[in-house]
Amino acid sequence: MPDQLLFAMEVLLNGLMAGVLYALVALGFVLIYKASGIFNYAQGVMALFAAMTLVGIMEGQVPFAHLINAAFGTDLHVFGWQLSGLVGIVLTALIMIALAWAVNHLIFRHLVNQEPIILFMATIGLAYFMEGLGDLMWGADIKKLDVGLPQGINGWIDTVTFDAFGYGFFIDNLDIWATVIAAVLVIALMIFSQYSKQGRALRAVADDHQAALSVGISLNFIWVLVWSIAGFVALVAGIMWGTKSGVQFSLSLIALKALPVLMLGGFTSIPGAIVGGLIIGVGEKLFEFAIGPMVGGATENWFAYVLALLFLVFRPQGLFGERLIERV
Amino acid sequence: MKKVLVSAVAAALVAGPAAADLVFPDLSYRTGPYAANGIPFSDGYQDYMTLLNERDGGIGGEMIKVIECETGYNTEKGVECYEATKGEGALLYQPLSTGITYQLIPKATADGIPVHSMGYGRTSAKNGEVFHNIFNYPANYWDGASHAITQILNENEGDIADLKIALVYHNSAYGKEPIRTLEELSKKHGYELSLLPVDSPGQEQKSQWLQIRRERPDYVIMWGWGVMNQVAIQEAVNIRYPMDHFIGIWWSGSENDVLPAGEAADGYKALTFHNLGSDYPVYDDLKKYVVDAGKAAGAGDQLGTALYSRGMYAAMLATEAARTAQDMFDTKALTPAQMRDGMENLEMTEAKMAALGLPNFGPEFKVTCSNHGGDGLGAVAQWDAKAREWSLITDYFPADEEVLNPLITADSMAFAEENNITPGCM
Repeated sequence: MPDQLLFAMEVLLNGLMAGVLYALVALGFVLIYKASGIFNYAQGVMALFAAMTLVGIMEGQVPFAHLINAAFGTDLHVFGWQLSGLVGIVLTALIMIALAWAVNHLIFRHLVNQEPIILFMATIGLAYFMEGLGDLMWGADIKKLDVGLPQGINGWIDTVTFDAFGYGFFIDNLDIWATVIAAVLVIALMIFSQYSKQGRALRAVADDHQAALSVGISLNFIWVLVWSIAGFVALVAGIMWGTKSGVQFSLSLIALKALPVLMLGGFTSIPGAIVGGLIIGVGEKLFEFAIGPMVGGATENWFAYVLALLFLVFRPQGLFGERLIERV
Repeated sequence: MKKVLVSAVAAALVAGPAAADLVFPDLSYRTGPYAANGIPFSDGYQDYMTLLNERDGGIGGEMIKVIECETGYNTEKGVECYEATKGEGALLYQPLSTGITYQLIPKATADGIPVHSMGYGRTSAKNGEVFHNIFNYPANYWDGASHAITQILNENEGDIADLKIALVYHNSAYGKEPIRTLEELSKKHGYELSLLPVDSPGQEQKSQWLQIRRERPDYVIMWGWGVMNQVAIQEAVNIRYPMDHFIGIWWSGSENDVLPAGEAADGYKALTFHNLGSDYPVYDDLKKYVVDAGKAAGAGDQLGTALYSRGMYAAMLATEAARTAQDMFDTKALTPAQMRDGMENLEMTEAKMAALGLPNFGPEFKVTCSNHGGDGLGAVAQWDAKAREWSLITDYFPADEEVLNPLITADSMAFAEENNITPGCM
């Protein structure tokens, strides 16, 4: 098999894996938009906040230590415990639920029936508030995150492909785990929304707020629920991206990677987020591989948006988005 | 009562600092994507100034005043900080950002205030006959590119004609700085250069590292900042690239960059223009007079890190230039013009550094009217992941001036022509 074809296959596989990571971020946006019509600008910051909280809990860091020490002249930094990744994830998930409750009760409950742009602006404010809160709670330093996920080249795939083609493919173990976790997450979400009472209520709210209210579904509960799920998805995305780069402010910028995925897949479709992520991941990686060297490289950021725009021309609602019908 | 209050407010508004204070603005970034790097640098810068105030009563008996202004590593905010602080009697700006430096070059030159872009900024500012108010000693980006190639030459007995070298760089003006130098050096030494840009912020670099895995360059040089560094080092680990063949510029050589990759980052190399670690007498004084006294700029937890050391070194070079100016003009209080002259006559010797509690901390160099960049000496540090520390593995060595000087002359003369500057000493 020609080398270039082998390389292209390797790039394609890595593009699929990268796409799953993009889809994980996009999923959080979709969940909230679907249930409440809010485009949550703070989704990237939620991933950062969740990852910072997870590291802080696992390492027994005292939250707001700098503030406490400055105010009371103490020298507190750590509680002295080290927790496992699993316990840390459970505790962080509880904190994300508490955050969801606080966000709903302090902000969005007061903005019911406001224009979408007002709700969007509120999430911008929330994003900046959470950025500062995260720094104040856990500090701005870069933190190593290790919840036990394997990283580095998958030896089995390397060996098998080398035996078959004479060239071993590089697939990162972390990406494989991300794919498995994303698949489990999506299946769990689908089962939840299809077969549980709360899930059906969530779908009812997504279809029609007022009709859902008229049959006794609590909008407040559903919003807290959906922000909690989005918080958990943010935690999963934060773990995956934070394991790759360390937990740091730049994690909040991964939201930029989700935007073309949303444009392509649609803002209201969970399968759309997944398929959109895969198309963007594969498209940008293959374009960088084939065309990048001819135009100086670093094409991925802009190509993802160009690809999304191309899809928008033909399907403005995205591949799986709901067609907007306005009756006059 | 009302009159008293109005008078007090008016007095507060018009009063600047005490006229005799030596004012050093600190354009810091403690928030945003680069805060993890901005915090230790600013802490080191301010703590050294505080040490001089607390231990020595300032410089030559004149107290130092540091005005901190948050830029968030944002060029517009950096310029705002400059405009907001220059009227306070600012003697010198060290913006810790190439973007801000480029914006300040014309402004500071017009205002007669010196700028010191230590290891960043516009490389050709080394030509002091064109850039009268801009200094970039002791080393610049082009020196760094040359240092990396010299190190590779030294590791290969001077013959790198058959080697492939890849540059992984931040796709910005900063990241593109070494390209011309590396291209010129490849003509001289015969190596094959490949360029791999990474878009900001650099969170996703799979394509670049798959290409490195396919092409197997003998060495990878990195020009990164922020998250790009951590991701690149992790990706290098993932593809099992030999870390001792991976060399970063000094802005890719802090603890922040290597710690997330854990022990796998062992052996990674980075260039530097100053020494590292905390095994220097000055640290005893910093603990005694600054940290333990509760006067540290930050949490006091950054002492000895690479970027804290760099901030402290920047402050030391600033205060030594101020001392030089005081001696030159026989005055304690300084004007920005006198500070500029002090910088232009700065000479750092080993005896001077040892007396400051920093023996062998930086290279010896002398600044002159025509050479605002010093002697371009640099060294290579290597990361020991088990000990979690950097250590120098070479002495300070020079850049290839035979290649660099014509580039600096060409670039600075083009700037002079564009801006109607007649080159010459002030």
